[in-house]
Amino acid sequence: MSYQVPRYAHGSRVPGWDDSVDLSKDPAPVPDPATTYVPDELRAEIEAHMAKYPDFRSAALPALFAAQRLHGWCSPEAIDQAACVMRLTPGYLTAVATFYDMFDTEPVGRHRVYVCTNISCSLLGADALYARMHEAADGDPDFHVRHFECLGACDIAPMASVDGTYVGPIELDEVDELFDDVRNGRPPLPRKQLANRPLAETLPFEEDAE
Amino acid sequence: MSTKLLFKDIDEPGLATLDVYQRRGGYGSLRQAMGMPREAVLNELLASGLRGRGGAGFAMGKKVSFLPKGAMDIYLCCNADESEPGTFKDRELMQKNPHLLIEGIIIAAYAAGANKAFIYIRGEYQLQADILDRAVAEAERAGYLGESILGSDHALSLVVHRGAGAYICGEETALLDSLEGKRGNPRLKPPFPANQGLYQGPTLINNVGTETSTGTKLVSVSGHVRRPGNYEIELGIPSREIIYGLAGGPPKGHEIKLWFPGGSSSPVLTKDDLDLPYDFDSMAKAGSMLGSGAIIVVDETTSVVDVAYKTAYFYRHESCGKCTPCREGTNWTVKMLERMKAGEATPMDLDIMASVCTNIIGHCLCVLGDAMAMPIGSMVQKFRGEFEEYIEARRQESALGTVDPEPEPVLIQGAAA
Repeated sequence: MSYQVPRYAHGSRVPGWDDSVDLSKDPAPVPDPATTYVPDELRAEIEAHMAKYPDFRSAALPALFAAQRLHGWCSPEAIDQAACVMRLTPGYLTAVATFYDMFDTEPVGRHRVYVCTNISCSLLGADALYARMHEAADGDPDFHVRHFECLGACDIAPMASVDGTYVGPIELDEVDELFDDVRNGRPPLPRKQLANRPLAETLPFEEDAE
Repeated sequence: MSTKLLFKDIDEPGLATLDVYQRRGGYGSLRQAMGMPREAVLNELLASGLRGRGGAGFAMGKKVSFLPKGAMDIYLCCNADESEPGTFKDRELMQKNPHLLIEGIIIAAYAAGANKAFIYIRGEYQLQADILDRAVAEAERAGYLGESILGSDHALSLVVHRGAGAYICGEETALLDSLEGKRGNPRLKPPFPANQGLYQGPTLINNVGTETSTGTKLVSVSGHVRRPGNYEIELGIPSREIIYGLAGGPPKGHEIKLWFPGGSSSPVLTKDDLDLPYDFDSMAKAGSMLGSGAIIVVDETTSVVDVAYKTAYFYRHESCGKCTPCREGTNWTVKMLERMKAGEATPMDLDIMASVCTNIIGHCLCVLGDAMAMPIGSMVQKFRGEFEEYIEARRQESALGTVDPEPEPVLIQGAAA
């Protein structure tokens, strides 16, 4: 058998698990508050979160959200700043940030478009919608289009979460309008937003569904 | 239906505000409860069959009695993570009637003697979390939360904690880890959270829904139906009535191939099971479960392999990786399904898939792996013929299908000629 398993330079089949760390170094310590710059509003926000919980570590998720909002993604700098305020090692927060889907540990566009491609949505054409969304974003660095596991809005399938706003059901020919809305700072497809949807029982049956 | 408790007039404008909720008699149960001694509230919870008007968060009586006695910090967590594919009933409740949930939590916290309560809501539900935040602030101003609630000596602080997109955090011990600011990995049980939960203290965890075998139940219907959405039903009505009557059934000219009766982790049922009454016992007897009460309907236009692939892909993505059977088993299953789609599978893969499933079930700390194994196993069992047809059709389409099926005779050394 001449077939060889493709491997990365570091000898693993998994990409980059040790690319970012230098194993000869000691782990990063808790950042020194004297030398780490932290914006005042970020510090205030994280400290307010820490005060809400019996154990300050519980504020890790809110702190990472705050840092991500400020920096656009969980950059090493963002994590250092949050770690400095929380008096934790950057390693601890990195471990947490890499576990959760909503933290981006690589730079992304500022508009986050999560397309649900789970069972209920894919039954109604989510894969085509996802492909169409990518086409509409067309490499625009402002957009971060990614598929996401069930977003809990199967009643408006196929749907997407556009900067946290649930929109659906999205027809393929509405995608351009949606991106136009976002580019011009308008709320995305207001007529299709989940917030405006009444209880299902009050709606008519959909007759012309495929 | 006339029996609606949770969804009664839920679309009334402004119900999310304290004024409207109070005008409709909201926080009346709380006043009543706070006027009674703690034990009386607890007994009432137990005696009522757990189906009080309080609805959400009210179904706690039994669990409360498991908490250890003595002076210590008791925590209460409300699990609003709701990430099970197909499930979206808590979302509608929290978005439209947040005070109902808050009232339920306050009463339960009083009965349990908890002074700290948390609502763990999934991070994707931003709108709902904002609404809850506002509602909690309103309740605090009105004196329903904080020090000495309604003049009693009971104090309660309620924090809305947002998750960050991890299905596993709906599992109760993973939820606690996540709430402590860690990666959401499940813990070994025992010790159960009632003894050692959040911050190692006794903790009461409950879901948003009121699930009892006697009251009404919220079901989320989605997939190939003409009117997907949340419906409040009486347990025990025929499943056909929910899918065809309320949700309108599949579009005209199509018929149901399979359906999940309780979210994507329940074993699938076929159209022959549509006349079963929709309740816990009948579903269990049919080999499935009521689970999260989310019905996903699939009609004949979709291949069962695609449904299986989407299901397995989800669980592979969401497996936290702590236990080997789940981490590897979900990955293997996805790989086998990918082989089927690429036309490189053999019918033997179906047997391997079934054996992977039996090797996952019951061998992990939590039930995430089981949640993949049960539906996949039931699909292979009930639709084996379709799987085999699919494998063969794809094989013939693919490059492998053009390979000459007659191999050269191989000479095996030492074998009799």
